[in-house]
Amino acid sequence: MPLPGESHSAYFYQEQVKTVERHTLAVIVDNEPGVLARVIGLFSGRGYNIETLTVSETEHEKHLSRITIVTTGTPAIIQQIKSQLGRLIPVHRVVDLSLAGAILERELALVKVRGKGEPRVEALQLAEAFNARVMDATTESFVFEITGKSDKLDQFISLMVPLGLVEVSRTGVAAIGRGPEGL
Amino acid sequence: MAREMTGAQMVVEALIDQGVEHIFGYPGGAALPIYDEIFQQDKVQHILVRHEQAAGHAAEGYARSTGKVGVALVTSGPGATNMVTPLTDALMDSVPLVCISAQVPTHLIGTDAFQECDTVGITRPCTKHNFLVKRIEDLPGMLHEAFRIASSGRPGPVVVDIPKDIQFKTGIYENLKGAVRTSYRPRLEGDERAIRYAVAMMASAKKPVIYSGGGVINSGPRACELLRELAALTGFPLTSTLTGLGAYPASGKAWLGMLGMHGTYEANLAMHGCDVMVGIGVRFDDRITGRTDAFSPNSKKIHIDIDASSFNKNIRVDVPILGDVAHVLEAMIRVWKEAVPKHDAAALVPWWKQVNAWRAKKSLRYQKSADVIMPQYAIERLYQLTKDRDTYITTEVGQHQMWAAQHYGFDKPYHWMTSGGLGTMGYGFPSAIGVQTAHRDALVVCVAGDASIQMNIQELSTVIQHDLPVKVMILNNQYMGMVRQWQQLLHGNRLSHSYTDAMPDFVKLAEAYGAVGIRAQHPAELDDAIETMIASKKPVIFDCRVANLVNCLPMIPSGKAHNEILLPDDVADEDIGDVVDARGKQLV
Ligand SMILES: Cc1ncc(C[n+]2csc(CCOP(=O)(O)OP(=O)(O)O)c2C)c(N)n1
Repeated sequence: MPLPGESHSAYFYQEQVKTVERHTLAVIVDNEPGVLARVIGLFSGRGYNIETLTVSETEHEKHLSRITIVTTGTPAIIQQIKSQLGRLIPVHRVVDLSLAGAILERELALVKVRGKGEPRVEALQLAEAFNARVMDATTESFVFEITGKSDKLDQFISLMVPLGLVEVSRTGVAAIGRGPEGL
Repeated sequence: MAREMTGAQMVVEALIDQGVEHIFGYPGGAALPIYDEIFQQDKVQHILVRHEQAAGHAAEGYARSTGKVGVALVTSGPGATNMVTPLTDALMDSVPLVCISAQVPTHLIGTDAFQECDTVGITRPCTKHNFLVKRIEDLPGMLHEAFRIASSGRPGPVVVDIPKDIQFKTGIYENLKGAVRTSYRPRLEGDERAIRYAVAMMASAKKPVIYSGGGVINSGPRACELLRELAALTGFPLTSTLTGLGAYPASGKAWLGMLGMHGTYEANLAMHGCDVMVGIGVRFDDRITGRTDAFSPNSKKIHIDIDASSFNKNIRVDVPILGDVAHVLEAMIRVWKEAVPKHDAAALVPWWKQVNAWRAKKSLRYQKSADVIMPQYAIERLYQLTKDRDTYITTEVGQHQMWAAQHYGFDKPYHWMTSGGLGTMGYGFPSAIGVQTAHRDALVVCVAGDASIQMNIQELSTVIQHDLPVKVMILNNQYMGMVRQWQQLLHGNRLSHSYTDAMPDFVKLAEAYGAVGIRAQHPAELDDAIETMIASKKPVIFDCRVANLVNCLPMIPSGKAHNEILLPDDVADEDIGDVVDARGKQLV
């Protein structure tokens, strides 16, 4: 095994302390079979991280989809990820929203909580405080819908754990730049 | 002109419209409609191989020796999976390839049908792009786009997977050669400002070096001419990677020899000690850089490449220039002539003096012998006896490959075919088949090892059937020499499974197939044997018995820096096991 703290050759994992950054990338692709597999295969094959990934057709007439990827890595890795994505034939553009100035990032979660009495009341109160909406209710459960930045969702979900959290479904991040300009 | 025809006819029409004269392939159930069309025409000649892997490597050899796209045709299932190695090889070495694979009928896809496999899934990571054709309307466009993608930008392999029912369906075919179907449009022109900046850096260099690679050859003959012009204009010394050999002539003034793990002393030390490095069509891979944190520590690095992902992948560069090598060099030379009308060649004199001192070490020297054929000597004689003809050299993988690269003087591009990035044993012989198919009258020699040649030996049948007088010169050392060398270097000389017991009699083997077999055991027989091989009008297997335990030097052991290179004088073959420390032994 490599000895920690020493840097060696092309073969060793260099255990250098480098700042890991979080970037949100918008990738505009042809909406065709296999395109998502190409993107995901690239990340797994080259050992890059995917924190969240969302994809949907955004321009029907042009058959274009938008993939939003939140990834982490050193600045050099992030640059590699962008150029590797750019190499894929169905990829039209790769935009690093994190470099593009102010951006809006939103994620949606559906959160199921089960309980009676005190905890149930507390869950409802917290939901109101977080602007979560009740989408389904029984005498012993709620399903909340909450939208916001990922860390707000994280916080809400962790608060629900002691109150009877049963299940969570999250969409992953959708992101767009502020102001009048498009991509 | 649009015409109605079947999918199978479209395949052949598209090949004709693309100017394809030869394809390499092997039939099977799902591909039969295409084979039926091939039978009924004579514009596209089909070379029947004996294993699909060979079809892929033959197409690679064809492509690399002509600059055209190589084409392979295989059936579904095992036909397609046998193509995985050549596709990966072509991706690593940026070889333009189109592989047409047949697929089970669309209604059977996903049912685990007979000879079904997920070809586009399996080949996605080993192709530049791939297509599964689900509608006959898409077929003409996808076929022509496959050729455009394979041959433009950084070249690479493209698969077009065609289900059997699509081959039977009728549709409208149009010659869409050159039409753009995807958004893929590689950028050719380099950024003028970056080029000016690079030229200024080069003009003030005291210790410059040009590091040239396979990308120059891929860019085309013009790029190779421009590389020579740039070297002459600047007076810079020049080294090249394994795949770039021939772009600059080995007889040229600036030539330092190949660099990297088995490169020359002068090439590696010039890289290590330079102040300005001009990387052209290269990718700074680990066989070149050695220890990345000690790689050329004091240089400013200029990097010209058509693939943006090559920049800063392994080594941080100062001036990346994105574009086609020929376009960028054209601009670079123009700018140099404007901006540096009177280049002070005297400024480089001390550097050249240093380079020549390194050269004087004669790092490719080897122990001569009057009793046994030294492998390096065999290559030297091959070079001397073939250099005045139009000779193409292919290799398998191992020590013989490195000796061929070191001791054969390549003066022209497109005459050297070797598996660089993937290091595929079994590449050389089929690759030679591709070369010979494209150059019927040329001398095509595959320099092989006794182990590698057995990986695609069945292709002897192919060369007989198609009258391809390929020459295979086996440097037979009875070992997987390169593996043995590493075991000696790194594993206490315990030669685990690197000795080839039960070696076939290669002379009889050649004769069994109908080829010519010859053998030489003694240095005095060598020239005659080579002459006999060259003179033969038939395919030849030349079993050249060489010294068994020779090590390939110079060598930069994995994990070491360029200036830690091992020279023949530093270490006797017996003592090589003491050179690498425990940590180095874990590397590949
Ligand atoms: C397909 C494949 N399998 C294994 C290897 C690992 N390998 C590299 S060189 C080598 C030995 C080659 O022996 P030989 O062809 O006799 O050539 P020599 O080194 O003796 O010249 C092996 C096994 C490889 N490169 N390719």
